[in-house]
Amino acid sequence: MSIDLTSKKLAEAPATVRNYGSWGSRLFDAFNVAFLVGLALITVLPLMYVLAGSFATEAEISSRPFFLWPEQFVTSTYDYIFGTPTFVRALVTTVCVTAVGTVVQVLLTLTMAYPLSKRQLPGRTLVLNLVIFTIVFSGGMIPTYLVVRDLGLLDSYWALILPLAINPFYLIIVKSFFQELPQALEEAARIDGCTELGVFRRIVLPLSKPIIATFSLFYAVGIWNDYMSPLLYINDNSKWTLQVLVRMLTSPAAERSVTAFDSVLFPEQGIKFAVVVVATLPILLVYPFLQKHFAKGVLIGSVKE
Amino acid sequence: MATDLASAPAKAATKPPRRRAGSSPLAKLVRHRWLLLMLLPGLAYFAIFRYWPMYGLTIAFKDFVPFLGIEGSEWVGLKHFEALFTGPDFGRLMTNTLVIALLMILFAFPAPIIVALMLNELRVRFVKRTVQSLIYIPHFLSWTIVASLTYLLFSVDYGVIAGWIHAITGGQKIDYVAQEEWFRPIIMLQTLWKSTGWGTIIYLAALAGVNPDLYEAARMDGAGRWRQFWHVTLPAIRPTIVVMAILTSGNLLDQSFEQFWLMRNSLNADVADVFDTFVYYVGITQGGYSYATAVGLFKGVAGLVLIFGCNWLAKRLGQRGLF
Repeated sequence: MSIDLTSKKLAEAPATVRNYGSWGSRLFDAFNVAFLVGLALITVLPLMYVLAGSFATEAEISSRPFFLWPEQFVTSTYDYIFGTPTFVRALVTTVCVTAVGTVVQVLLTLTMAYPLSKRQLPGRTLVLNLVIFTIVFSGGMIPTYLVVRDLGLLDSYWALILPLAINPFYLIIVKSFFQELPQALEEAARIDGCTELGVFRRIVLPLSKPIIATFSLFYAVGIWNDYMSPLLYINDNSKWTLQVLVRMLTSPAAERSVTAFDSVLFPEQGIKFAVVVVATLPILLVYPFLQKHFAKGVLIGSVKE
Repeated sequence: MATDLASAPAKAATKPPRRRAGSSPLAKLVRHRWLLLMLLPGLAYFAIFRYWPMYGLTIAFKDFVPFLGIEGSEWVGLKHFEALFTGPDFGRLMTNTLVIALLMILFAFPAPIIVALMLNELRVRFVKRTVQSLIYIPHFLSWTIVASLTYLLFSVDYGVIAGWIHAITGGQKIDYVAQEEWFRPIIMLQTLWKSTGWGTIIYLAALAGVNPDLYEAARMDGAGRWRQFWHVTLPAIRPTIVVMAILTSGNLLDQSFEQFWLMRNSLNADVADVFDTFVYYVGITQGGYSYATAVGLFKGVAGLVLIFGCNWLAKRLGQRGLF
């Protein structure tokens, strides 16, 4: 019977359909689906629990072992955090730093990648090698900290943007992308009297919208998620970013040197949940757009020329 | 300086009768002045934030006093390295780093390969796509969020998962996030949760490139599903596995600073400290700049040797290598 089924299927199925008819094969399929669905659940359930918990009462969180839908739906946690100046300030700070930072980082990356995509540029190989070297070796945490300090950027929002302004990986990927743009268009523009700057602005940038969108998102997610830079460079409590606040709220109380919320040393569980949700939500919102672009393992392979 | 470079020679170049320049270096610079101008901000970035710190590495051989600056501080030769290698820290840091590295090779490296191969065997496209979309998500969440989730789920007094484990096994309640012996398992769980899904992408890309005719041919020759997997699918991703193995071994000393720092506390510091967290702790929180820089420099150089070593080895073994 199973043979019949397979051959019938094979007749109309694409060539990739292999011999799936046997009993063992089906058993494997069942196990395979179960395992992978389980994996997907393990991935998302913690996030869904935190989301549900942020809308639940404190009593429900402590009494029910696990739930995806609160019995009693309340928004008191959100009322509380959005009524707390520390939180609102951190949120606004993070949004602004992310917005400005992304623009700066993308601009720097694009303007540097374009000249490097031109083979006739004098010194190109040297610059590329210097860039690639920074991927395998760096001055490290302390010397970079000292540079930021010498520049007077401690406790400045620029310290969250400039030290990581160009990701060498992204730079090289964008450079490779520019190299593959049709040269005829650029030539035509040049003959019509465009300067290199004009070619870049009028021809190259419009052609690169998808890759610009992709790397804007990647840079934005990078700044939004960054915990190390504020940890290193920001001491002023009033300049905390969201990630620092999340850390302050959710780490074990013994590790806390400062109270995260004015005068609340032991915040309720629901409040922690709500803060985690707010810090995660923007990432989940841009995720579908991110996902559209990152396929095909673009991140590796383009380094080698 | 930027404008000098671009404008001054520009005048010189336009005055003489136009000839197809390109021979002299100066003419080359003039011809590409716009490109060079565009390059400048990026060059400035790399000079200031990537190469200036490398000069700052010299403080590993000095007794750095912030007040005196890098120039003014006194040279002390290898003092800090001697302190590192003869002191109590090195053994602990190296052990912690190597144990984590070993666990990474054992679990975090094969996990995406296995999951990618399993995804590849899924026939229902809808299921495959949904699973993929969901398991990529954690890659984009910050370590802060991952650490917070860990604390929320595993802490002794209210953690859901800690509660489940206790309900099943009974006995004493265990504070997983505070205890030494649970530090490494938790780090591995976090790493697996965060990066397994994302790690499958590169293998799935390789698998998508397999010519379907190969399966067809294998089936004609009587290969069942298992033999097809063994003789077609696996060879198809072998080069990718090799490249990823080189990359992974080259980065074995690079634990994520954020992850370890976020999970480190005074109770588990003995097993939690790796080179990066130690550098932060000694350098930033205690002001031992020179010693911390020496530790960082040691790690950086060792990492460099590791990367080139692995690449060399891969080439010796007849693989393509990275560079």
